[in-house]
Amino acid sequence: MASSPEPYFGTARSRVDGPAKVTGQAKYAGEFEARDLAHGYVVSSGITRGKIAVIDTAEAEAVPGVIKVLTHENRPRTAWLDYNYQDAVAPPGSPFRALYDDKIHFSGQPVALVVAEDFETARYAASLVKLSYEAEEPETDVARKRDLSYTPPMKRAGIKPPPKPWGDADAAFDGAPVKVQQEYRHAIEFHNPMEPHASTVIWEGDGRLTVYDKIQGVSNSQGYLTGVFGLKKDEVRVLNPYLGGGFGSGLRPQYQLFLAVMAARELERSVRVTLTRDQMFTFTHRPDVLQTVSLGAGPDGALQALRHDAVSGTSRYEDYQEVVVNWSAILYRCENVALTYKLTHLDLPTPGDMRAPGAVTGVFALETAMDELAYATGQDPIALRLKNYSERDQTEDKPFGSKELRACFAEGAERFGWSKRTPEPRSMREGKELVGWGMATGVWESLMQQSSAQATLTADGKLVVGNSTGDIGTGTYTILTQIAADALGLRMEDVTTKLGDTALAEAPVAGGSWTAASSGTAVMKACRTIANQVFTMARRMDHSPLANVDFDRVVFRDGRIAVADDPTRSVSLAEAMKAGGVDRVEATESAGPDSSHQKEFSAYTHSAIFAEVKIDEELGQVRVTRVVSAIAAGKVINPKTARSQILGGVVMGIGGALEEEAMLDHRLGRVMNHNLGEYHVPVHADIYDIDVIFVDEVDKANPMGVKGLGEIGIVGTMAAVANAVFHATGKRIRELPITIDKIIG
Amino acid sequence: MNRFDYVRAGTVEEAVQAVASGANARFIAGGTNLVDLMKYNVERPGRLVDITRLPLDRIEERDGALRIGALATNAAVAYDERVKDRYPVLSSAILAGATGQLRNAATTGGNLLQRTRCYYFYDEGTPCNKRLPGSGCGAIGGVNRIHAIFGTSDKCIATHPSDMCVALAALEATVRVTGPSGERTIPLAEFHRLPGDEPERDTTLSADEIVLSVDLPAEGFAGHYTYLKLRDRLSYAFALVSVAAVMELDGQTIKAARFALGGVAHKPWRNPEAEGLLLGKPATRETFAAAADRVVSEATPHSENGFKVELARRAIVRALEQAAAGTPQSQTDKRIA
Repeated sequence: MASSPEPYFGTARSRVDGPAKVTGQAKYAGEFEARDLAHGYVVSSGITRGKIAVIDTAEAEAVPGVIKVLTHENRPRTAWLDYNYQDAVAPPGSPFRALYDDKIHFSGQPVALVVAEDFETARYAASLVKLSYEAEEPETDVARKRDLSYTPPMKRAGIKPPPKPWGDADAAFDGAPVKVQQEYRHAIEFHNPMEPHASTVIWEGDGRLTVYDKIQGVSNSQGYLTGVFGLKKDEVRVLNPYLGGGFGSGLRPQYQLFLAVMAARELERSVRVTLTRDQMFTFTHRPDVLQTVSLGAGPDGALQALRHDAVSGTSRYEDYQEVVVNWSAILYRCENVALTYKLTHLDLPTPGDMRAPGAVTGVFALETAMDELAYATGQDPIALRLKNYSERDQTEDKPFGSKELRACFAEGAERFGWSKRTPEPRSMREGKELVGWGMATGVWESLMQQSSAQATLTADGKLVVGNSTGDIGTGTYTILTQIAADALGLRMEDVTTKLGDTALAEAPVAGGSWTAASSGTAVMKACRTIANQVFTMARRMDHSPLANVDFDRVVFRDGRIAVADDPTRSVSLAEAMKAGGVDRVEATESAGPDSSHQKEFSAYTHSAIFAEVKIDEELGQVRVTRVVSAIAAGKVINPKTARSQILGGVVMGIGGALEEEAMLDHRLGRVMNHNLGEYHVPVHADIYDIDVIFVDEVDKANPMGVKGLGEIGIVGTMAAVANAVFHATGKRIRELPITIDKIIG
Repeated sequence: MNRFDYVRAGTVEEAVQAVASGANARFIAGGTNLVDLMKYNVERPGRLVDITRLPLDRIEERDGALRIGALATNAAVAYDERVKDRYPVLSSAILAGATGQLRNAATTGGNLLQRTRCYYFYDEGTPCNKRLPGSGCGAIGGVNRIHAIFGTSDKCIATHPSDMCVALAALEATVRVTGPSGERTIPLAEFHRLPGDEPERDTTLSADEIVLSVDLPAEGFAGHYTYLKLRDRLSYAFALVSVAAVMELDGQTIKAARFALGGVAHKPWRNPEAEGLLLGKPATRETFAAAADRVVSEATPHSENGFKVELARRAIVRALEQAAAGTPQSQTDKRIA
């Protein structure tokens, strides 16, 4: 198959799932119907730590329409070993088991499930469940548990621990002419996708289950359910065609799935459990991490010492880990480096991956510290970063497969007008507003996971491709359709992509920005296999125009196979299949990372973010009036959906910089602002111009040269905004979110 | 949410009777606050009396002023030409609050009667004297950066969340109500109360009374007004501090001036002494600062909301400047004028 023109790859295409979503045809996990569907409502713990003394369900059970109230006292038995509860992305530890025993591990822990004929009855009866507790004093403040921090004894799969130190960071820091040493922190954030977590479990009558679960990859839910309930894989099919936002909250199966399946099996009946918005604050979250960054530099800003130390909160039952500190030594060249990452136990649910987990946290601290160093040495922030630019990933002592970060700086600065910036804080203003320009670097892993995909071409020229991963709103349906259409020379309208169904070829959860590379390559391979088969049929036709032509000399275009350098010689796919005596051609292929490339190169995406803030000098109101985000992420399959990914990341980053904050009452160990009225994420009024640039970057880690874009847009955005706030006001705020009180305080 | 009866009232008299008959009945109109409170089990009414069909949604001329029916929606009031022309501070304050969807549903009477947004009030798992008298105040010593700095008690430090009411306080509107003992008129300043020892009572309205209308006075201060709202994001957030200011100038001399604060007390907060400091004085920053200083001198902040004292002081000065200059705060252009 000669390299054919690619009419779709690299072109802006609207979402193929867009019409279904905007017309309400797209169904989400909590919207599927079943005959005799029962409804479960979760009762949440009123305390944070301790145990249930008495749980009295009599009054709830007496309500007409209530079918059953499940508690730790009457729950059916499930698997015994922790191993059976560990899903594909679980950190080391003992995963939380709902209704397991009388112990309370976190505020809002599910303590009962009321199942009733309708949702309203279940909700009402839930308010009648009487609980009394033996409460213990909770500890939810990471700062008060800093001294009890520990290095996690077991590493979380896929998470690189900090590298061993090199040089002598402490001595070099002590001797450095210029020093920056500061502490950085951001508030606990909750993912808060628009769609609440929900599971609809359909009892198929013979013990088999069909489950619609809010998850970023149905295979993970299926694996979890087979482990916990001792089901065989063919006894539980999990589907989730659409996700109303995930951001990582749907990577692990959440407790509503466990409860809904438990109830369905107990009652031998279909059950749905949908969590309330308040209950969305009772599981995964971006943890509160205490960070110290110590930069020692020469008077010219060249780094001589780099220390990045982090202490993260985790639950008492799992050691959640993310990469927080390694970024410092990936981004900057330094001969004396020490990086540490520790955990401390809190009475909170286990934190989890939230869009660019760890990088959002660590890069905020690092890139704020670099801005401080720029001021301490009188350097332009971009010049300082270029001076310390790393051509090698020092954490693994490997070159980067590609790193066009210099182009990000240059093109981003040009678009933003950075050269017009006067560096002195408070030196730019417009009327009553101080104007600040700040910038930062972003970095995220470029990953690929073993994935399979299937493709079926029928004689009518229609192609169906797909696998079990999810489109979490990123545009996966669309880009896979583009890739498949290109591979067989079809129109996108003739290609249907199916996702989110364990009946399809297996693929991992959609996370880590790896889906475009992983599922994309697998779909491409499956389509190529089909192409090869159809080509063989075409060549064997009587008097075939393709006789004696090799596969690498043909192109697939407009539903035909043609000789690349003589398009007049061609056969249509339909003719070839007819001649071959088939009405369909199927293929399943799998693709994984290129291990020799991985051995040789480190793979990351990079970005440069420029932010303009306007701050009312007297009243402290901050407006982020302009952002330019320049991205180096290999080839872009679809500039339209890609841009949307970056826009979303930037918006979330602005939220993290200025608004997002789970406010805990540490006396109670409870998040107090557990709704979208009081837990603030940006609204339209908060968002002004966002300009996205994709710089050219050639990468060879996978055949398409793509790197993934779901997360890079948020990384560094918080630091860019915080640095702009400093430039505007002269006030360095190291604890996010930057609210009015911190500006005027 | 508990189970409840539902009745639809055809007349005001029927509505009053339906509520007076017990069963812990509540009026429901837009339901933008009550339904949330029911979902949180904060309100557990035995009966909802739907008043949306009552003929109380008109905005009418009355003695050279406007009478706003209790069921006129927030959107209807904010976009009413007469309100926009003659009482622009009211229109501006309403548009500073909530969202388009909420303003389409929420009513004038409901806005007056909306409950605090104190986190503890909404969370059954925590103590709250307003929700459960005698259970204590979670906000004191807790998460209280959004709480009151004026007129608090050791039982409650909640704020009244309305924007509309802050403008009504500055305009000195009155509230016309009726109940089993007949119709009466309550000045806005006396409609909401301070928490004191009974934080469960937000207003001076009796449980069996219904709001008929909000009556505006003739003077709307259309020439010199502003509604300035400061919050944690640029829209759809309750005020940390807001100021409604109205003024009448004679040249550069202040002939009349009033201002009320939102987000800082259990009711729209006015300080007549501070307003008195403005009268007859030149409309300068110094004059405004003196009034602002007087207001905040009475502040009693809590563990996390000390910033509100300085923010309120600065906001008062800016709002008075905006009003005096005839450059009211836009509610769409978020740059502060």
